[in-house]
Amino acid sequence: MSEPQFVRSLPQHSGLVVPAGLRRLHLDPILWVLLITVILYGLIMLYSAVERDMDIVGGQIARLCLALVLMAMAAQVHPARYLRWAPGLYAVGVTLLIAVLVVGVTVKGSQRWLELPGVARFQPSELMKIALPLMIAWYFHDRPLPPTFKDLLIVAALIGLPVVLIVLEPDLGTGILALAGGLTVVFLAGLSWRWMLYGSLAVVAMAPALWFALQPYQQQRILTLFDPEKDPLGAGWNIIQSTTALGSGGLLGKGLHDGTQSQLKFLPESHTDFIVAVIGEELGFAGVVALLILYVLIVARGLIIAAQSKDTFGRLAASSLTMVFFVYLFANIAMVAGLLPVVGLPLPLVSYGGTSAITLLLGFGIIMSIHSHRS
Amino acid sequence: MASGMLIKDGSSELRMFMGRARLLFAGALVLTLVLVVRMLHLQVLQHEHYQTRSEENRMQMVPVPPVRGLIFDRRGNLLAENRPIFNLALIRERIEDLDGLIEALAAVTPISEEEIKDFQDRLKRTRRPFEPVVLKFALTDEEVAALAVNRHRFLGAEINVEIVRHYPYGALAAHAIGSVRRITKEDLDAVDRARYSGTNFIGKRGIERFYEHSLHGEVGTQWVETDAFGRVRRTLDVNPTVVGRNLRLHLDIDLQAVADEALGDRRGAVVAIDPNSGGVLALVSKPSYDPNVFVTGIDAKHYRALLGSRDKPLVNRAINGQYAPGSTIKPILGLAGLTHGVVDWEEEIVDRGWFRLPGQSRLYRDWNWTPTNPGGQGIVNLNRAIYRSSNIFFYTLGHRLEANQLAGFIRQFGYGEVTSVDIDGAAAGLVPDPAWKRGAKGEPWYPGDNVNIGIGQGDLLVTPLQAAAAASTLANRGKRVRPRLLLASDQPLLDDDLAPLPAVAGPSADDWELMVDAMEDVVHRGDMGYQQNGTAWYHIGQDIGYRMAGKSGTAQVVEIKQGQEYDEEELDEYNKKHAWFIAFAPADAPAIAVSVLVENGGGGSSVAAPVVRQVLDAYLSEAPPAPAEPDEQLVSR
Repeated sequence: MSEPQFVRSLPQHSGLVVPAGLRRLHLDPILWVLLITVILYGLIMLYSAVERDMDIVGGQIARLCLALVLMAMAAQVHPARYLRWAPGLYAVGVTLLIAVLVVGVTVKGSQRWLELPGVARFQPSELMKIALPLMIAWYFHDRPLPPTFKDLLIVAALIGLPVVLIVLEPDLGTGILALAGGLTVVFLAGLSWRWMLYGSLAVVAMAPALWFALQPYQQQRILTLFDPEKDPLGAGWNIIQSTTALGSGGLLGKGLHDGTQSQLKFLPESHTDFIVAVIGEELGFAGVVALLILYVLIVARGLIIAAQSKDTFGRLAASSLTMVFFVYLFANIAMVAGLLPVVGLPLPLVSYGGTSAITLLLGFGIIMSIHSHRS
Repeated sequence: MASGMLIKDGSSELRMFMGRARLLFAGALVLTLVLVVRMLHLQVLQHEHYQTRSEENRMQMVPVPPVRGLIFDRRGNLLAENRPIFNLALIRERIEDLDGLIEALAAVTPISEEEIKDFQDRLKRTRRPFEPVVLKFALTDEEVAALAVNRHRFLGAEINVEIVRHYPYGALAAHAIGSVRRITKEDLDAVDRARYSGTNFIGKRGIERFYEHSLHGEVGTQWVETDAFGRVRRTLDVNPTVVGRNLRLHLDIDLQAVADEALGDRRGAVVAIDPNSGGVLALVSKPSYDPNVFVTGIDAKHYRALLGSRDKPLVNRAINGQYAPGSTIKPILGLAGLTHGVVDWEEEIVDRGWFRLPGQSRLYRDWNWTPTNPGGQGIVNLNRAIYRSSNIFFYTLGHRLEANQLAGFIRQFGYGEVTSVDIDGAAAGLVPDPAWKRGAKGEPWYPGDNVNIGIGQGDLLVTPLQAAAAASTLANRGKRVRPRLLLASDQPLLDDDLAPLPAVAGPSADDWELMVDAMEDVVHRGDMGYQQNGTAWYHIGQDIGYRMAGKSGTAQVVEIKQGQEYDEEELDEYNKKHAWFIAFAPADAPAIAVSVLVENGGGGSSVAAPVVRQVLDAYLSEAPPAPAEPDEQLVSR
C-alpha cells in the first residue's frame, strides 16, 4: 500500500526515533507523553477542585495508575485478537446491558451500575464504548467498502441495540456517545453522502417524536440551555454557575486554588463533570486552550495511527476509538460552556472517577496495539 | 480474514478512508474551534459580566447591629443597660425532621405552642441560608445546661448569645424611661429599613422611644465571603457600627424610689420637677410593670392580663392620666382674679357653705358641707380662701371672670397643651372654653361652667406632669420651664430643642409673693384652731424643717346629686375622689416642685400631702447631686 498524501501532510513523526525497548513494549511514545500530560494536568486541577484533599487525589492517582497499566497491557495484545474478540465482547456487553436493566443498581435515578461481588461496581455502558466500535469495525473488516444497503441495515441494528439499551437506563449521554462511536465507523467505512442526507432528514423529521420520547427532566435540561435564568436556583443553577466560573476566570484565571466559584462550592460537580469550569476559572482562557490543544494533538495522533494502519479493522477501530474520545471531550466541554444540555459525561482523563479513565485508556491501549503491531 | 481481503479493493478503500478521516479531523477541528470561540466569548468578551456575577455570588453584606446607648440617672446610676441572653436557635438547613427535633427539644426545655408558632413565622421571613432562627428566647442557666448536655441529640440546634436591653430597676423606672420591644414587621415598615437591618429591638415607650434615633446608633456592615450554602468562610471588610449615644437623665432614681415607696400600693402618680431647669427628678406611676418582660418577649396571656387589669398598670398615669385638678387650681385662679381686677387681697366675702348663681336654685357647696352641718368658713379673703381652700370664695371668683379670661389664664400655666420637651406620649389635658364646648358638646357655655372651673371641676382635665409644671411655675413666680427628662448626652443629639416658654403675664411681684405666702400657710399655719389652720398643717406641717408652699385638691369622680350626701363608705372604691397635692420647696428658693395624685384616695391634704412631704424631705435632705464622672464626658444640652 502506498503512503497516502494525507499522512504526509500531517506533522512529521516518522523521524522520531523510538527506543527499541519502548517498541518492544508496543507503547507509542507520542500518545504516552500526551496522555500523561493531560492526566497530570487533570490531577493538578483535581487537587485544587477538592481543596487539597489528598485522600481523593491519592485515590484518583491509584485508579489512573491501574488504568495506565491496563492500557500498557492492552497494547501488548495483537490486533488480530481484538478482531477475533470483537463479536464476543459485543455479545458480553449487550448481555450486561440487559442485566443492568434487570438487576442493576440505581444511582441518582439512573440504573447504570452492576454490583459485582468482590469487584467494584461496574458500568456496562462503559464497556460498550469500546465494544461497539470494535464490533462495527469487525463487521466491515472483510466486506467490500463502501457498504451495501444490506450492510447498513445490519450495522444499524448492531449499533441500535446497545444504544437503545443504554438510553433505557436512562443514560442519554452515554447512549449518544456510543451512537457517535458507531456512526463514526460507518462514516469512515464510506457511507454514501446520499444516505447521510437521508439519515439527517429522517432525524429532523423525527425530532418532534424524539422530543416527546424524552424524560421530562431531559426536556427540562434542553430548555434550560436556552434560558438558564428562568430557574436560576433550580434547573439553571448548574449552567449559570459553570458559565460564571468560566467567564470570571478571564484570560489568565484567578490562580490555582483561588477560584471562588469552585472553592466556595457554587460550581456543582466541580471535581467530576464540571472540572473544566475549574480550569477556566483558575487558569483562564489560556488554561482551557492549553487543554484543548493537548486533546486535539491526541486526536490527531489517533487518526494518524489509524491512517498508518495496514488493514481495514485497524483503521476503523483506531479512528472510531479516537473519535469516541473526541466526542466525549467535546460534549463535556460544550455542556459546561452552556452549548449543550447537561448530560452526565465526565471530562476525559481529567474528571474524578475511575471507570471512564479505564475504558478510555483501554481504548488507547488498543490504538497503540494497532500501531505497534502493524509491521 | 485473508479470503475477505481478496474481494476488497484495497487501494480505493484506503483512498476513501483517508478522505473521510481527513473530513472527520477537519470536523473535529471545527468543533474545537467552536469551543475556543465560546470560551473567548465567555472569558474575554463577557469577562466583566461574569466577574461581577461571581463576586455577587460570594460576597454578602451582613448588617451588624449597633450597641444601644445606655441610660443613666443624674447621679450616674445605670437605668438601662445591655446584657447577653441565651437563645435556643435552629438552623433549618441542617435539620431533616423539624417537628421531631422540636419535640425532642421540648422534652428538655419547655416550649410553648406560641413559641413554635412565632418560630414558624420567623422562619418564613427572608434570611440567609444557614442563618439560625430563634425558637426560644432567654433560656435559664438550667435550660442552657440541660441543652448543652444533650447537644449531640439535637443536630441543627444551637444556643446563641444575643445582646438585649435590661432594666436593673425593673418596675421602679418603667414609666419614666419606657422600654424597648422586639422589632416587628410593622415597626420596620415605619422606619428606615437599612438603618434597622440587623436590629432586633426598638424603643416603644418613654425615653427609649423619644430618643430612639440617638440611642439606636448606626448600623455597621460586614462583607463576608460565603459559600454556596450560605456559610460564612471569612470576613472581607468591616464598616464598623456607631454605638448609640449614652443619655443622662435628670431623673434621680433614689428620689424615684422614695416616691414609689410613699405611694405604696395605691394607684396614682408622683412627678417631681426641678423648677430651675424643668428637669424631671421623679416620674412615678403606679401600679407599674416590669419592662424586662417586654424585652425577652411576653406571652399573649400575660400581656392580656396586663392590658385587661382594672388597675391598668400599662397606663402611665403621670403623663397620660387626666384628672380634674380640684382645688389645686385655686392659686392660679386667685392670680387670674387679681390680674383681671375682679378681686384683691383685701376683699372679704362671707362663706356660709354654699353658693348660688343669681336667679338659680342650684346650690354649689363647700367641701366640708354635710347634711347636718352646712359648713361655711365665715369671713374669707383670698389668703384664707387658699389656706382653707374655700370653695365659696372661688365659686364667686369664677363667676366674676369671663369664661375666656378663666381659660386663657389657666392655659398660661401649661394646662391644655404639651409643654414637655421629651416626655413621649404626654397628654395635653383640657381647658374648656365656650368655643370648645360648642364644638365638642354642642352646648352653650353656662355661668355654672365658670363656677365649676372655679374649684377645678367641670370639664377641666390635667395630668400630674402638668400639675407639677404648674407648681414649678408658681415656685418660679411666673417664670416657666419645659419639663424634660434628658440632662446630657455623651454626643450632641440630633433632636432640636424647643423654644423657651413665655412667663405668665399679669400678676405683680407682690401678688406672686402673697400667693406663695398663702400656699405656705396651707402647710405651715397651725395651732390656731381648726378653722384657722392650713388644710395640710395637721397632716404634714407640724414638724417640718423647711418652708413648703403647697395646695391640696380633691377631684370628684362621680357627680353628687343635689341634696345627696357624699358618703365615702357607700361609694365604690373606684368612685371615690382623687386626692391631689401640689407643692414646692424651699418656698423662697425653690429647688423642687412636686405633684402627687392618688386615685380614689380621698382627701388631698390627708392622703396626697404626706407623699409630697416624703419626696421633699428626701430631696432637700440629700447632698446636691454629684457632678458627672469625668470619664463619661457628658456634654450638657
